[in-house]
Amino acid sequence: MALYSEKVMDHFTNPRNVGKIDDADGIGEVGNAKCGDIMKIYLKIKDDVIVDVKFNTFGCGSAIASSSMATEMIKGQPLSKALELTNKAVAEALDGLPAHKMHCSVLAEEAIRAAIKDYYDKHGIAYDKAQFPDPHDEEEEHAVKDDD
Amino acid sequence: MKKIIYVDNAATTAMSDRAVEAMSRYFKEVYGNPSSLHTVGQTAKEALDEARASIAKCLNCEPREIYFTSGGSEADNQGIRSAALQGAKKGKKHIISTAFEHHAVLHTLKKLESEGFEVTYLDVHSDGLVTAEQVKAAIRPDTALVTVMYANNEVGTIQPIAEIGKVCREAGVTFHTDAVQAVGHIPVDVKADNIDMLSLSGHKFHGPKGVGALYCRRGLPLLTFIEGGAQERGKRAGTENLAGVAGMAAALGEACENLGKNALYLTRLREKLIDGLLKIPHSRLNGDRSKRLPGNVNMCFEGIEGESLLLLLDAKGICASSGSACTSGSLDPSHVLLALGLPHEVAHGSLRLSLCETNTEEDIDYIISEVPKVVEYLRNMSPVWEELQKGIRKHLI
Repeated sequence: MALYSEKVMDHFTNPRNVGKIDDADGIGEVGNAKCGDIMKIYLKIKDDVIVDVKFNTFGCGSAIASSSMATEMIKGQPLSKALELTNKAVAEALDGLPAHKMHCSVLAEEAIRAAIKDYYDKHGIAYDKAQFPDPHDEEEEHAVKDDD
Repeated sequence: MKKIIYVDNAATTAMSDRAVEAMSRYFKEVYGNPSSLHTVGQTAKEALDEARASIAKCLNCEPREIYFTSGGSEADNQGIRSAALQGAKKGKKHIISTAFEHHAVLHTLKKLESEGFEVTYLDVHSDGLVTAEQVKAAIRPDTALVTVMYANNEVGTIQPIAEIGKVCREAGVTFHTDAVQAVGHIPVDVKADNIDMLSLSGHKFHGPKGVGALYCRRGLPLLTFIEGGAQERGKRAGTENLAGVAGMAAALGEACENLGKNALYLTRLREKLIDGLLKIPHSRLNGDRSKRLPGNVNMCFEGIEGESLLLLLDAKGICASSGSACTSGSLDPSHVLLALGLPHEVAHGSLRLSLCETNTEEDIDYIISEVPKVVEYLRNMSPVWEELQKGIRKHLI
């Protein structure tokens, strides 16, 4: 079996919603370059609905595919719905991710939350802080490399 | 079917026709057990002896100094453990190695550390090279073993093995080298290089997988890992993998015959490839440019991640490898690139292209035309690249 599902490869090789929104209403960035993945999500919001979303990602195939899938899943959705998006749902929509790549879907979930929080903050909209817990630590066990 | 350009020969190679041909005899024709006394068995034994002699000739050692194993990893384990335990018997529990050895060596050393050995890991500097002086300075009265790889598997740098061997011989310290990436590609002479133990692997020079050898200088004791028979002078039990051994011997013979010619050809392709890829802005070559394996190119491209680069190149028919964390399945990028002092964020964007004689000038042209496009595509969607462009983040290369 290949490392990635066909869905992952599709979203990786033909990513949806790549780019930036210059006048974005909310921007969320998570991850760090040292760990090898950064996701940045731009939201355009109108009447509490995500009317447009774009992403920029530095990362592996599954990070790019997770960004693509997650943005597709929230586009046109009300914020309340977008906040319900879980990393598991993103991974499932991609027909699964390898165990050591699940953190990529976590980043996608966190990037969306961060972007929504940024929108709330910038526009002085009150929100329940409990909805925005600190991002997860990426300390899960990873498989060991087979090298040459 | 689209054309595949395979440039991952440091991972494994396709078998040569001569090696496949050599193996084919040993399935139905010469199928005997070399330990059997009858004709069928003895014919097999003769073939085994021939293969051993042929490999010994390529390394400039005696046939009895060659022990067949399941591959390079087993040879590394057996050689290093044998020397360590021999040292421990005399109260010597210090080992010298480098920070960028293959995991077959590093993990064995880690295990020995947990068993009470002390290991000095020499710095490999930004060029990926250790010096004999470093080894000399690190040798102590209780040093049991020096193990330094002949050529690095990721960045291809060739270590000054003959000089290190001389230093070890003078100090009376056993010297092992993991020569898995070197044998069959550059001249290796265990006598001239003062090597006591050497590991090699068949599939790195167009031989079969699952077979390798440990050279162990006559007189040096070897531990037996696998008990159960008198094969390999009692040091490695199990009915010999005769087809594998014969395939490996044929491949090595062929590689050694053509070594000079191949090296010249590959060095030319390599230099062209390096020049072509260095035109990409904010890229760098990892490892010394001249003291490297003829077919090794290892580059970093800032602002992108290696796994996505590999997958997109694969979609274009280019099969390569990377030292990024995502391809390693760990959070850290390659220990080799980190040992060269590269920052994590740069090491994530690495690409290794390891060539072989069947690669052509056209292959190189294609790679040089495609890699920049993929790098640019990934940079255009990379928030890291955006920050580098805007000056928010400082360029590291």
